[in-house]
Amino acid sequence: MTPLLLMHYTATSGLGRGCAATLAALEAGRGALRPCRFDTAVLNTEVAEIDGLEQLPLPAPLQAYDCRNNRLAQLTLEQDAFDARVRDRAGHWGARRVGVVIGTSTSGILQTEIAYRRRDPHTGALPPGFDYGRTHNAFSVTDFVRRRLGLAGPAVTVCTACSSSAKAFAAAGRMISAGLIDAAVVGGVDSLCLTTLYGFQSLQLTAPGPCRPFDAQRDGLSIGEAAAFALLERTPDSVDAADILLLGAGESSDAHHMSSPHPDGRGAASAMRAALAAAHTAPEAIDYINLHGTGTPSNDSAESRAVGAIFGSSTPCSSTKGATGHTLGAAGALEAVISALALQAGLMPGGLNTRRLDPSLPLNYLLQNRHMRLSRVLSNSFGFGGANCALLLARAG
Amino acid sequence: MLGPGLAGWPACAAALRSPSTYRRTGTVIPELAVLPPAERRRAGRVVRVALAVGAEAVADACADARCLPSVFTSSGGDGDNCHLLCETLAGAQRLISPTRFHNSVHNAAAGYWSIAYGCTQPCTALCAHDGSFGAGLLEALSQLACGAETMLLVSYDLDYPPPLRSHRPIGDACAVALLLSRTEAATASGGHPSARTGARLRVDFTDAAATGLADGALESLRREIPAARALPLLALLAAGRGGRVVLDYLEDMRLEIHVDAEPAAEAGA
Repeated sequence: MTPLLLMHYTATSGLGRGCAATLAALEAGRGALRPCRFDTAVLNTEVAEIDGLEQLPLPAPLQAYDCRNNRLAQLTLEQDAFDARVRDRAGHWGARRVGVVIGTSTSGILQTEIAYRRRDPHTGALPPGFDYGRTHNAFSVTDFVRRRLGLAGPAVTVCTACSSSAKAFAAAGRMISAGLIDAAVVGGVDSLCLTTLYGFQSLQLTAPGPCRPFDAQRDGLSIGEAAAFALLERTPDSVDAADILLLGAGESSDAHHMSSPHPDGRGAASAMRAALAAAHTAPEAIDYINLHGTGTPSNDSAESRAVGAIFGSSTPCSSTKGATGHTLGAAGALEAVISALALQAGLMPGGLNTRRLDPSLPLNYLLQNRHMRLSRVLSNSFGFGGANCALLLARAG
Repeated sequence: MLGPGLAGWPACAAALRSPSTYRRTGTVIPELAVLPPAERRRAGRVVRVALAVGAEAVADACADARCLPSVFTSSGGDGDNCHLLCETLAGAQRLISPTRFHNSVHNAAAGYWSIAYGCTQPCTALCAHDGSFGAGLLEALSQLACGAETMLLVSYDLDYPPPLRSHRPIGDACAVALLLSRTEAATASGGHPSARTGARLRVDFTDAAATGLADGALESLRREIPAARALPLLALLAAGRGGRVVLDYLEDMRLEIHVDAEPAAEAGA
């Protein structure tokens, strides 16, 4: 694929608001998982919750979009002057030439969950003021971001569970290559809700304590919430050495099971191979892999096989989900931004919470931060339904 | 194509050619033989409607489903499942079924499709509310522009049960599938000539109003169900003639679609 420039980017997660706070937490090895106190959930699990969203209502003209997910989107757009910088580039290209492609898994479904607790006892009707289209619908967050930024280009939500926002980068890249647009706001936004908290519990996939990816005693994932955005453009003729490029994206389907990965990581491996091929990059050129690494026994074992088949056991890798929790539909974009920060700072973040590495997963899994100049980083995202995506990011020089 | 009174593409094409013959009846969603028994038991209406049209389009083009990258697009996915999940979560026990949870993902139909056919090609799932068909068409055309030879596009919607129905009134289940090829690839692979429409599509953005359908019943369908926003395009394909239609997409942006028909080609989609 044609290399794309991450012109601007930002992220907000349990680690903090904006790039500087995110990087500082990674450098300090500070995680965000805490015992779950979210809403009315009574669950023995930990979550990475973003504080203060209750006190951040949306501005009057977009009040109809008010829900936790869009509040998180708005809070994140305001970090690192991302909104002002996008407006500036939209002024350059024209608002119609800037697309919006956002990944989410549950969008504003929390609004509907709450509305179902307040149904009219006689008629069963949902409470007045409930607005399905502007809050619950998967397109709500994309529509909100587009309006909030004053953009007028094509827009779509990618909704492939936990690979949603990685695939959003791939889809936006295609829109730019096809000439439909000159720039795209891409990203992921997913916020805590009961559907995912109780849903993953029903599948016995949530850990009682903080998740421990690649640990011999790993016992499940921990859910987090996050939003992350990037402005993608074609790479201009002259770039700074510290600029971050998206060199390749690779996608595949497992064709195996709705909620378990193929045990050999078949689909995961083909997504990684496709990303390497799209970037014309050999596996040896990858300095660090940000793993999907959810901490469930089956994910980590399948991913380990897939990574091992392509890279062998020496490429440094880790999962940052021990720090951020699994932010589901936002994970692809959040980890793309973490990969960009890693490239800029020369940081390979050590995985948190993992005490003893699983000897049956022979990867070079980092338990401590390592500092080194990085040129190319691969970021993995795999979702329910076997929807896989790998992104390959690089420093321009 | 599957929709109210539109049981398959031949019936839909006939209704679009002679609207006076169209009678609206409830959408009949066929059972699926293609899924393995375990998945068949777990698949809801939304999966069945999406897979039915995908299978019809693939068979009509004599294509091989295992080799096709695909785009699935829907305004709301599985409304039945969503309702039952929210109802359970509003109760005291909150014991939701694992199957119900994994079926709640928007890409459930895409996942079941890949399992049914053993298709490991990339498969995406999109949403643009009422503009979901247009968004799916743009993604499929973008993939073709970026090198894919043939794409399967499946656009589908399901009516919500009460109480969500009054907040999101979708008329009935409806699904449309198109098999799209790059012009130069169309002659090289991916389908039997007599089964193809032979139509060439070109898409631009426009501010013009969406093309309506002259027949009242079909026009209601177009307005009530996001996937049925494709009907003006299907009407051109059914008539086997070229022309221009405008399809709904976003509130402030629509898609102008130019169709060049090949006179000798037989209609089919």
